Amino acid sequence: MTLLSVRGVSKRFGGLQAVNDLSFDVATGSIKALIGPNGAGKTTLFDLISGFLPPDSGEIVFGGAEIHAMSSCEVAVRGMVRTFQHIRLFPKMTVLENIMVGRHVHSRAGFLAGMLNLPFTWGEERRIREKSFEIMELLGIAAHARTEAVRLAYGQQRVVEVGRALACEPKLLLLDEPAAGLNMRETNEMGRLISRIRDMGVTVLLVEHDMSLVMKISDEVVVLSYGQKIAEDRPLAIQKNREVIRVYLGDDQ
Amino acid sequence: MARRYLPVAAFAGLIVAIQLATFFTGTAFHLTQLTMTAYYSLVIVGLCMLIGYAGQISLGHAGFFAIGGYVTAFLTTFNLKLHPGVFVSLLSKSGMLVARPDAYGGSLLTVHPWLACAAAILLTVVIAYLVGGPVLKLKGHYLAMATLGFGIIVYRMVLGTGFLGAADGISDVPGFPLPAGLAITGNSSARVSNYYLAWGLVILGMALLLNLVHSRVGRALAAVHGAEDAAGAMGIPTARYKLNTFVLSAVFASLAGVLLTHYNGGIGPSEAGVMKSVRYVAIVAIGGMANLWGALSMSLVLNYLSLRGYFGTYDDAVFGVILLLIMLFAPDGLLRRHLLSDLKRAVSRNPAEEEAS
Ligand SMILES: Nc1ncnc2c1ncn2[C@@H]1O[C@H](COP(=O)(O)OP(=O)(O)OP(=O)(O)O)[C@@H](O)[C@H]1O
Ligand SMILES: [Mg+2]
Repeated sequence: MTLLSVRGVSKRFGGLQAVNDLSFDVATGSIKALIGPNGAGKTTLFDLISGFLPPDSGEIVFGGAEIHAMSSCEVAVRGMVRTFQHIRLFPKMTVLENIMVGRHVHSRAGFLAGMLNLPFTWGEERRIREKSFEIMELLGIAAHARTEAVRLAYGQQRVVEVGRALACEPKLLLLDEPAAGLNMRETNEMGRLISRIRDMGVTVLLVEHDMSLVMKISDEVVVLSYGQKIAEDRPLAIQKNREVIRVYLGDDQ
Repeated sequence: MARRYLPVAAFAGLIVAIQLATFFTGTAFHLTQLTMTAYYSLVIVGLCMLIGYAGQISLGHAGFFAIGGYVTAFLTTFNLKLHPGVFVSLLSKSGMLVARPDAYGGSLLTVHPWLACAAAILLTVVIAYLVGGPVLKLKGHYLAMATLGFGIIVYRMVLGTGFLGAADGISDVPGFPLPAGLAITGNSSARVSNYYLAWGLVILGMALLLNLVHSRVGRALAAVHGAEDAAGAMGIPTARYKLNTFVLSAVFASLAGVLLTHYNGGIGPSEAGVMKSVRYVAIVAIGGMANLWGALSMSLVLNYLSLRGYFGTYDDAVFGVILLLIMLFAPDGLLRRHLLSDLKRAVSRNPAEEEAS
């Protein structure tokens, strides 16, 4: 079954065609990777899918509904959550509070209920807290619950960002370079974590430069170059794809 | 929970202590300025919620204060006897009008203060939504300038409108009747009760805002303030939350305007002035931006000193200077919430940590 379907999507920045007539599907329950050289348009594509930018043309269908005209907030409410290539944790908030924000869409206390401290919010707050601790235990960051999130080591901040997204209990999780800036051990842990997230029933779309990580965990890989799809296949086949090899080696020479 | 309400109780204790002190030293006349201070404090804690927690500036809150004050002043002084009609008799029959003698021995038929208050708040909500909707799409100094523009419009309108008293404003506003024989009025016989009514309202407002800060919405606002796009990606309707906070703070300002106008018996255009808005922002800033208690305590001290005339002819200048100095030297405010933990951190900071961050 298809959870996300990108159909003929394009985006232009002035004279630059950042994403060009791009189409692919993400199957429910899979890990799909999106790779490509720097500037290929991967993050732009994430912005388009997650409602941060409107596409110039094309359709994006998520869970059977067209979402390309929706805001990032509406998309999140529908069960798609992203992380950022450049970490964007909430400053001046603890790790716990950051993760608790992730429970926003699964709770409902509004302005009036909050101001009046209505009894129903007490139980809700308790459940938000419990669920947040559950997630922090899962990610092994519970010990840092009371630490200001932006004060953690870089690798741990990445984990917190994933945790915040997981707290939304998304159907589809978009991870933009989750292993960027991580050392080898942390990268391996991140890989195991992503596999575990998939096993929990969350579909994952992943942008990543670390090839060994991509090849190890993904079910399928899409390769972008200058905003265009040049290949889409299983990891083993991608590694042998001549066009892909040319694009990657060509870049380095 | 106790950590949230203990300071509220302590503050209530302070309010009682101040009253007792004026009682035993025979200086009860101070209560008049202290009561006015309370109403201004209501504006300031509401604005603190907007600036400090939702991260949105407003240089137009004197405008909302004036809308509240002028609507109630106009409705409770406009003699409907001189304008008989179906509508007036309908209002009269449903008990929404009151008759009272005027200052010249004649008699007045006006809108009941409660209805006037409701109308003022309703109008404020409508205007705040209409203004806030488009304006809050702006950020930083664009937002500051747009709200400043709103403040100037209100100021020029009350100044230029004949039936709002133009440069003289509106006087002879009656007291605001409350249950149990109480009233919001400047009569010196009701000085003590009015002092407690005003500060009681501030304490109630503080409790509501503190609850909000510690709620799901408060967390969401902090997220919007810290990283707006990431907050949106978590499913928080950022525009709506900012707008709601704007309207909430406008209602605080408007209610303060309504009640202070009944207390003072009138309102003049200076209440709508831009310098008033600047003063409110300056007090929130010196109080520590995201610090309701800081804003409240600074409001108590500075408004009281100002109303007692301690700043003389330099009154507005003092607040301008405060704003300037805060922005230059302590943009996070003097009374920062995290001052203590920051100090601890600064002392215990080691080089390894420095490198990591
Ligand atoms: N808002 C923008 N305005 C103008 N140009 C942009 C904008 N965002 C991205 N670009 C350009 O679009 C192209 C694609 O950028 P994008 O960030 O999507 O690449 P990427 O594949 O994520 O690269 P990287 O691997 O370095 O993260 C780049 O040339 C970039 O400079
Ligand atoms: Mg990128």
